[in-house]
Amino acid sequence: MATQLPDNRGEVVFEDFKPAYTDAQAVTEANRCLYCLDAPCIDACPTGIDIPTFIRKIATGNVRGAAKTIFDSNIFGMSCARVCPVEVLCVGDCVYNRFDESPPIQIGKLQRYATDIAYAKGEQFYEAGPDTGKRVAVVGGGPAGLACAHRLRRFGHAVTIFEKRDVLGGLNTTGVAPYKMRADKSLEEVDWVLAIGGIEVKTGVDVGASPSLGELLADYDAVFVGIGLGPDSPLVVDGETLDGVMGAVDFIEEMKLQPSRFGGVRHAVVVGGGNTAIDAVREALGLGIPEVTMLYRGTEGGMPGYAHEWKAAKVEGARALWQRQPVGFEGADGKVTGIRCVRLDDRKQPVADSEHVVHADLVLIAIGQSRLLDQVAALEGVRADGRRIVADEAGFTGHPGLYVGGDLKNGAKEVVNAVAEGRDAAVAIDAHLSTSGQGA
Amino acid sequence: MVDLTSNTGGIISPNPFWLASAPPANSGDQIMRAFDHGWGGAVWKTLGSPIQNVSSRFGGLNYRGTRAIGFNNIELITDRPLEVNLREIAEVKKRYPKHAVIVSLMVETEEEWRDIIARSIDAGADGLELNFGCPHGMCERGMGSAVGQEPTVNERITGWAKKYSTVPVLVKLTPNVSDIVPHGLAAKRGGADGVSLINTIKSIIGLDLDRLVPEPRVSGLSTNGGYCGAAVKPIALHMVASLAREPMFGLPISGIGGVANWRDAVEFLALGSSSVQVCTEVMLRGYRVVEDMIEGLEGYMKQQGFEKLDQLVGAAVPSFSEWGNLDLNYETVAKIDADKCIGCHLCVVACHDGAHQCIHPDPAGQTFVPHVDESECVGCNLCQIVCPVPDCISMVEVDNGFAPATWNEHVYEGAKLRPKKGVH
Repeated sequence: MATQLPDNRGEVVFEDFKPAYTDAQAVTEANRCLYCLDAPCIDACPTGIDIPTFIRKIATGNVRGAAKTIFDSNIFGMSCARVCPVEVLCVGDCVYNRFDESPPIQIGKLQRYATDIAYAKGEQFYEAGPDTGKRVAVVGGGPAGLACAHRLRRFGHAVTIFEKRDVLGGLNTTGVAPYKMRADKSLEEVDWVLAIGGIEVKTGVDVGASPSLGELLADYDAVFVGIGLGPDSPLVVDGETLDGVMGAVDFIEEMKLQPSRFGGVRHAVVVGGGNTAIDAVREALGLGIPEVTMLYRGTEGGMPGYAHEWKAAKVEGARALWQRQPVGFEGADGKVTGIRCVRLDDRKQPVADSEHVVHADLVLIAIGQSRLLDQVAALEGVRADGRRIVADEAGFTGHPGLYVGGDLKNGAKEVVNAVAEGRDAAVAIDAHLSTSGQGA
Repeated sequence: MVDLTSNTGGIISPNPFWLASAPPANSGDQIMRAFDHGWGGAVWKTLGSPIQNVSSRFGGLNYRGTRAIGFNNIELITDRPLEVNLREIAEVKKRYPKHAVIVSLMVETEEEWRDIIARSIDAGADGLELNFGCPHGMCERGMGSAVGQEPTVNERITGWAKKYSTVPVLVKLTPNVSDIVPHGLAAKRGGADGVSLINTIKSIIGLDLDRLVPEPRVSGLSTNGGYCGAAVKPIALHMVASLAREPMFGLPISGIGGVANWRDAVEFLALGSSSVQVCTEVMLRGYRVVEDMIEGLEGYMKQQGFEKLDQLVGAAVPSFSEWGNLDLNYETVAKIDADKCIGCHLCVVACHDGAHQCIHPDPAGQTFVPHVDESECVGCNLCQIVCPVPDCISMVEVDNGFAPATWNEHVYEGAKLRPKKGVH
């Protein structure tokens, strides 16, 4: 996949928020790890990486072994080292948090150290298994689909990935905050994962019309669907089609893949209080927009985004308007100039006579994304609970041969959850194919 | 792939990592769990007449915030009934036929040696290790290091063991001697198939400053313990290499003493050990440490182009020599990388107070980077050792125009030496 990204795309202005370790820093930090037994950091990792073991290997200079320990559990170990919210996962559960004398181990940075060296040296750890004659379709080329495809190849099954976009990697490519990881790094990882060989990739294919999911189920021995979420949900208020009003996910994707066109913006307002909203705030600030305000229905304490991310946003200059509800947009010459808002009380009910206008020349809507459940849920035996497709732990939907993983299954979690679900579905698919005899 | 198969005097194990005869090798359950983690062999905690142990038993040496860089113990040989140990040895061998189970033994009379050797072999021992090393408790009863310190006794008992054993016999040597070589040679004269070393070093690990009683404290008293752990590795490496290079010796060696990771193991192997034994690191971190030991050793061998363990064993022995064979005309000086220097001046104080006063603060006062007076630098390495920044100070070879000349060549052949540096 020699996908070329423009050199002047918006995200290239961002520096690493957490710079890489040098050798000496990594060894010093690794030697601080207590090498706990049944370590809570392992339990906190959705992919269950044996963290104390890989850290000990860094300490002894066995960096290749450290990387292998990581990739054995998580083939996306390189990106997860950068994009995981470690503060609420492994690092957040480090036993040092219970010990006032010492800060928790910087597991993400150590994981980045080991995996970066493996990538730099061109290390590959896995070979495809002997050909089983079984064929699996993977719909969606994001972390869930790729993790599933990689593990299926290790079992020796043939895999075809169907991806709607021109690029693979899913949100790792199009959605990750660039101060965590830029798109080119994600594409490098995609190539590294595909290097196991035997994964056919079909980009620009929107499974639905042709081929349909039903056709794939008929043509392949099993189908894994990891298509993530749909477009940004709209506010559904007056003026939403004005120029300068856009979905936050679209804004982030554009900033990551294309040259920036936001240079003239003076005041951006991000509507929402989740992690996408916080990312959009930090990215707008990073692009040089002088004033960036988050506008959220609830209070600071009630926002669903991570507290550590919001704290970082505030340090970078973010402002906030709490307990506001947009009711419409103001515009001039087809361009947005402001948001008409009302205040909300503590029960999120509008306060009478509180309507006012917040000036804005860019508005990013980050109130959630639509769900792509319909086609999957329409199949016999499959249930949707409104937010996600219902499946067992390994992603089996109840429809023979159909498995799901990632945001479609979990309702929108982290990259690391998608990787775990893709991997586990591959194990379940392998078990299914090993016992289901010849043919579909 | 590299082949880690290890052969120590006829004792074959799938890799060179053995549990040493010690608490981690106290029972069948433990040893089987260790084998499941990847250990290639285990030396069963010493069998003999069961004893009574004390509390407490262990002490740790902490240094600048790191716990237990050294360790000592006053525990004795097994306190379990002989029948139980023998039954479990048989069980382990039945379940793990390819792993090496070596049984450590310590008794007194020839009859006792004959009997316990026969019973150990009946149970399935792949080899025996004669414990002539334990430096606390047992030596007061005429066993352990009391045997290892007397070459004639060592030779006699080794001879008994060889007379009654049908499996390889290793003699475990004590480091509590002035020179290890005569003791290795005594074991050889007794017929040993190999030696294991080092056992622990007589030590007082520290003092309870409030009670003024040494650690580990048993009520109001203590006694000398056996010192081990990472801190003893240099002593162990020297003793291993001293036997490995001794032309009269020539027996296989199982190296012991401060092996905490694969790097330590490479050092023992390259200096002449065919296998390594580990206790302290397992006591501190568990059997699981062996995964990285195996992987790290494999990675190292692959990188260095060794395909079989035998190629690594002893590879560094030829480079361990006498002082009199060192090239006195080889000259190095310290170079400080100005871009890396952080200006702590630890090299300045170390050189001024502990070496040859050749590193000075910048004479012009323009920079915090110290200045090395190369005409005075003797190339001692002290500055490089104290420098906290990796690769900031390097020792660079100087071409002084003098041909290599050793002390021996100088004395016996009149070889010309370069002028001395740092002499005032």
